[in-house]
Amino acid sequence: MNSKPRILIVDDEQVVRESLYEWFTEDGYPVDTAADGKQALNMLQESAWDILLIDIKMPGMDGMELQQKIKQIDPSIVIIIMTAYASVDTAVQALKEGAFDYVTKPFDPDDLENLINNAAERQHLARENRRLKQTIESISKSEMGEIVGESEGIQKVKDLIRTVGPTDTSVLISGESGTGKELVAKAIHQQSPRRHMPLVTAHCAGLPEGLIESELFGHEKGAFTGAEYRRKGKFELADGGTIFFDEIGDISLKTQIDLLRILQEKNFTRIGGNRPIEIDFRVIAATNRDLEVAVQKDKFRLDLYYRINVFCIHLPPLRERATDIPLLAQFFLEKAAKEMGKQASRISQAAMDRLYSYPWPGNVRELQNAMERAVVVENGEEIKPEDLPLPEGAPPEKGDDLSLAEQEKHHIQAVLDRMEGNVSRAAKALQIDRVTLYNKIRKYDLKRPE
Amino acid sequence: MATVHLVCFGAVGAETIRAISQGITTYIGWNTRVHPESMDLDPAFDSERNQYNSTDLLSRLDHLSVSPGDRILGITEADLFIPILTFVFGEALLNRPPAIISLHRLHLSFYGLPEDPELLLHRAQTEAVHELGHTFGLIHCAEYACVMSASRVADEIDLKGPGFCTECADLLSRTLQHFKTRN
Repeated sequence: MNSKPRILIVDDEQVVRESLYEWFTEDGYPVDTAADGKQALNMLQESAWDILLIDIKMPGMDGMELQQKIKQIDPSIVIIIMTAYASVDTAVQALKEGAFDYVTKPFDPDDLENLINNAAERQHLARENRRLKQTIESISKSEMGEIVGESEGIQKVKDLIRTVGPTDTSVLISGESGTGKELVAKAIHQQSPRRHMPLVTAHCAGLPEGLIESELFGHEKGAFTGAEYRRKGKFELADGGTIFFDEIGDISLKTQIDLLRILQEKNFTRIGGNRPIEIDFRVIAATNRDLEVAVQKDKFRLDLYYRINVFCIHLPPLRERATDIPLLAQFFLEKAAKEMGKQASRISQAAMDRLYSYPWPGNVRELQNAMERAVVVENGEEIKPEDLPLPEGAPPEKGDDLSLAEQEKHHIQAVLDRMEGNVSRAAKALQIDRVTLYNKIRKYDLKRPE
Repeated sequence: MATVHLVCFGAVGAETIRAISQGITTYIGWNTRVHPESMDLDPAFDSERNQYNSTDLLSRLDHLSVSPGDRILGITEADLFIPILTFVFGEALLNRPPAIISLHRLHLSFYGLPEDPELLLHRAQTEAVHELGHTFGLIHCAEYACVMSASRVADEIDLKGPGFCTECADLLSRTLQHFKTRN
């Protein structure tokens, strides 16, 4: 790739164009020429140029007028005005209007080289500056990531994120499955001074005890059968950044003891190793369980609970912030349509009524899945009720049993019905593993259609 | 075998021509042949600048009849310029036969210093190989010690020698191989 700036020479004198063309070509610059301002503007429309050398005196559009037009098209283009001694005053005026510099003809080769080097440096810095600004803007825009909504409940969550984000305080995020706890963890990390270091997620649910230890602490070569290579654990990977324990309520009491020790001492030893490794991290944990109840039932250690629950953020379920449904639905619609290259861009009133009336036991995640599915099946611009993969029949009325267990039972049954009893497909749609689904089927005594 | 034709504009010292010829043979590997007559400089003279137009001279060299693939190097003691620059040490057409060098600003005496004949020969040799490098398609090199690095002042010529860096030597070698197979 040629990293040298692209140079366009604009001069009505052919000999000037040709000699500068040769000179820059020998120096390895991508270069072209234009005989007048009009041709130069056309060339600017066709491709990007970094440095323009413009003769100030040209028939038709002069160098000053051309500079003004170029600055309107792209203010970052570096312009060097070429002038004869007689028009130095005009060149000074060009400088006031934004030209990088001017050179009087004929140029000293050394001066011209220095000027181009300086212009290239300026152009490089301007480009770098733009890139950094865009990065900062994108970081700023994504400060709340995909946490969408204007309801009182979600505004409170955003306020809490802004408060705790820049600190080093441990945070416990609670909320039902699918409410977006991981998004909150990401937003907190993004607002912290650790944002340039990794956010490492440790999924605690469903991992056997032996495996979770290896996941968290890593292991040395030969630590156990099959450990042929040394492996870094999540703690080591999170050094300098943030470690996020998803579903922390699911870890065993033994692992809780190890975890507590690491949180207190900020060092650990790999499995099979004997060298303590110092680490610096921030802890964010999430749970859909009531940890206070778990503590009372001796399922969760009180000292660990206090250690992680320094600052608590509770995410309301979607049914408690139904006013956010249109915003969320539209957000997920646009995102899915963009990803799939589909036309769908709006939601019909009937479909919106359907979205409103549904209780969303799977919360925001379920809404996202519903919108993705709707975008898949809808080839037009408007999402209709039949595009939505919501269970057939009347939605539960407000007076119905709205307990989470009841809603979960109905939802899983509906998904099983939709998937014609296929557990694998139903588990995939529910985003849970098959074992969990079998347990739920047994727990709620659900029926699998033949 | 492909040849570099040496053409003098005005009088040029025999010692200088020998050094240039030796440099070309050593670093490019081609034979040289000195054109029997020196060419007239006067048509390229610019009385306003009191200098000679390098591009005009180059154009005249381009019209000389030589075998396909041969290169032509003009050599002069005259001070050369191209319209947009105050002076040039030399000029070449990229990937085409002609090139020219001026010895005028290679003399230490030009800068008011005592003459150094050995240094002059070194500079002349270096500039000759540099400009011929352009005729084989090489552009300026970022390696300061490479003959293809750009020299905007005479002292910069002294920083480099007539030898190519590995990368430029490789490019030149491939180009010369192409000439060999073509001939």
